[in-house]
Amino acid sequence: MSESRTMNPVNVIETRGLSKVYPGTAALLDVDYKVRRGKVNVLIGENGAGKSTLMKLLAGAEVPTSGEILVDEKIAQISDVRSAERHGIGIIFQELNLFPEMTVAENIFAGNELTSSGVIRRKDEDHQARILLARLQIPIDPRTRLGDLYVGQQQLVEIAKALSKHIKVLIMDEPTSALSKTEVEILFKIIAQLKEEGVTVIYISHRLEEVMAIGDCITVLRNGRLVAEDDIANIDIPWIIEAMVGSSKKRFAFEQHAIGPEVLKVKDLALKRPNGIYAVDHVSFSVRAGEVIGIYGLMGAGRTELLESLLGAQPLALGEIELAGKAIEDLPIHKRIEAGIALVPEDRQKQGMVQLMSILENMTLSSLSKFTRRFSFGALRRDKQLEASTDIVKRLAIKAASVDAPITSLSGGNMQKVVIGKALLTSPKVLLMDEPTRGIDVGAKEDVYKTISLLAHSGIAVVYATSELDEAMAVSNRVFVMASGKLTAIMERSLFDSERIVRASTPATAVV
Amino acid sequence: MSTPNSSNPSIQPVHGKHNRQSAYVAARIAVSVLKLRIFIALFAIIIVFSLAAENFLSAGNMLIMAKHVTIVAILSIGMTLVILTGGIDLSVGSIVGISGMAAGYLLLEGVKLGHYVVFFNPWGVTLIACALGAVIGAVNGYLITALNVAPFIATLGMLYVVRGAALLVNNGGTFADLGGNPALGNTGFEFLGNGTILGLSMPVWIMVILAAVTIFIAKRTPLGRRIYAIGGNEQAARFSGIRTNRVKLFVYMFSGFCAAIVGLVITAQLQTAHPLTGQTFELNAIAAVVLGGTALMGGRGTVFGSVVGACVISILGDGMVMCGISDFWQMVIKGLVIIFAVVIDQLQQRLQTRMVSLTA
Repeated sequence: MSESRTMNPVNVIETRGLSKVYPGTAALLDVDYKVRRGKVNVLIGENGAGKSTLMKLLAGAEVPTSGEILVDEKIAQISDVRSAERHGIGIIFQELNLFPEMTVAENIFAGNELTSSGVIRRKDEDHQARILLARLQIPIDPRTRLGDLYVGQQQLVEIAKALSKHIKVLIMDEPTSALSKTEVEILFKIIAQLKEEGVTVIYISHRLEEVMAIGDCITVLRNGRLVAEDDIANIDIPWIIEAMVGSSKKRFAFEQHAIGPEVLKVKDLALKRPNGIYAVDHVSFSVRAGEVIGIYGLMGAGRTELLESLLGAQPLALGEIELAGKAIEDLPIHKRIEAGIALVPEDRQKQGMVQLMSILENMTLSSLSKFTRRFSFGALRRDKQLEASTDIVKRLAIKAASVDAPITSLSGGNMQKVVIGKALLTSPKVLLMDEPTRGIDVGAKEDVYKTISLLAHSGIAVVYATSELDEAMAVSNRVFVMASGKLTAIMERSLFDSERIVRASTPATAVV
Repeated sequence: MSTPNSSNPSIQPVHGKHNRQSAYVAARIAVSVLKLRIFIALFAIIIVFSLAAENFLSAGNMLIMAKHVTIVAILSIGMTLVILTGGIDLSVGSIVGISGMAAGYLLLEGVKLGHYVVFFNPWGVTLIACALGAVIGAVNGYLITALNVAPFIATLGMLYVVRGAALLVNNGGTFADLGGNPALGNTGFEFLGNGTILGLSMPVWIMVILAAVTIFIAKRTPLGRRIYAIGGNEQAARFSGIRTNRVKLFVYMFSGFCAAIVGLVITAQLQTAHPLTGQTFELNAIAAVVLGGTALMGGRGTVFGSVVGACVISILGDGMVMCGISDFWQMVIKGLVIIFAVVIDQLQQRLQTRMVSLTA
């Protein structure tokens, strides 16, 4: 990659050797990042590449493990959001940080209320907010209740809020992910206006076309490291994808195995979000026994919603789902599990396990009725539970002192296997897994992939969703790509192609 | 766990390991003692009061105290299951009131069917009152599951509704003289409150049997496991295919059923149904559950602990009365004991997490 060192010499922010280490993982490693004054600085990388971490460090939401941050070539102590604001750095986070019950003006001045002798000057706030919104050409009345606005409009309020604090650097973390076409146009006008006023913008996005249209220069992160930077004028989309994905693609042991008849057939599955946009947009596909499907998509592509709709955890989902020839779309969760579908959810801690329970108790939770004694008032049989859970521990090679140990005593990878084991005890025909290796270290990841292959060999169809490209291709027979709720590509293993997958995952953009 | 960056790795680990081991042992002993705290508290109370009040251990006093214990204990048994799911039931005191009133009404007035008036024998009366308690519990459960009302609010509302209904039964009046009429074949209701089998009074039998059955359900059946799972992590329970709404409906019905039994027992003991019976009983029941080590967030606790907690709270009350401690001080002391119990529980939790981190 041609690293042009002859960039604009005036960097408004510079980092030197910046690292952020969490227990077990380094989110950011030795990054020298430069933000050029008055430009739109694009930051790009796969999920987990460290973009958000870097931005949190600049905005004071997190403190670096080592390294330093320079603002205007002077070392800046950024320990919290307020000190970042003093240095003129403002951020709009991916998740909205607004109060739905307050008015737009109250939101803009939340934490920085305009007061005289301790009393809020409401009229003044409304007036100032009106001026600010007019300057940004945002057509919203400051007295509207925030909760009454569309998500996109709320995002614009968030931008106004950041700008109310006289900032010189504005960080936008995937600002367009929730915006409609017109709102994106408004946003781009605002960005152009900010540039004219001399404000520097750091812009994080997954939408490559958008990046090409709005950015001045680009920085690419991969696995916590800065791997490339250049002017947008010098590069093209294939350059970005290559920098993001890297050339050294990890290969996992993959054995072709026999694939059986069709077990899952989905037709026109659709799910609307509360804001009226489809989270799952009329998706149709079919999966065969023993087949492994990797669903790849960016954040918000609808992967999780798709899997939850299949399980029945999304009551508003519409469409036809056929499991082994039986229609299951009208069944509640427990009936679908009985019919042979199971989900290993995305958030192990929140959705997958009961922290207060032991390994055995967690594992048998989905299949308790299998372990009751018939002639003893429905008491649970300890011996059968023990047998079943010990069997799973052996089969999945779970490292645990005993099945009666608390589940919280396990490592992330082994916890995940317990959750998988719980699903297996329901004897599923189709096993759904959402981000099966999230928060698991690299060695244990391979272990989880092996487990997936193992299950596929035994005839279970495995459908897993992931936001990591390598993972999507690791052990799958086919990759499904999702973008904005739509199934945009289906690829056979022999035809796997990173660039095509990334392109298919890029949501349609308003511009270009 | 390991410290790769420490500058003197040759000395530090040995020293650290020794410290860690003794710290672990200390934490482990402390946790085991703290786990038994409710028993320790019970023994301490009994010893202190038997020294302070002469008649404390007399047969007569034991009988009176057993009466009080059973009332709190039976309520707390039902309450435990509710709290284990992460809910709360504030309506039990009012259910106590209305179940007594229902019994009084059935015994004295009977049910009018056209020109006939039907009287039930005490068994029938008991059955109907228990069913009434379960139905009120079902209303709680319906509000909480189907209509998504927060348990605190749903049962607070029902606290007022049911108490009002209890007062309406006889326009605020009581039903006195529930001895029954031999001609109608409905005598013998008294047995439920004052009868004895094998030397033990009926309420004690009821408490023991209810506790045994509930402990069996909680510890040994899928239903019990599901109750704990919902309190531990409702979303994970839902994703595991557990019908959380059904389980919740059950616990509120069961709590209502337990409260109805208490209402019957008190009414049978006094031979009078009073519409205000059971006021603030819910607070004692909750206190007993908390004293017994059940977490208000749900997922952790035992029915047995609650029964012992009920013993502590009601023996503490009776003992203080016998020692002539003023009403006002009694309240202060009771309150402090409850708060202290929760503080100790937090301490135990912290020690336990420390123990885990020391073993890791």
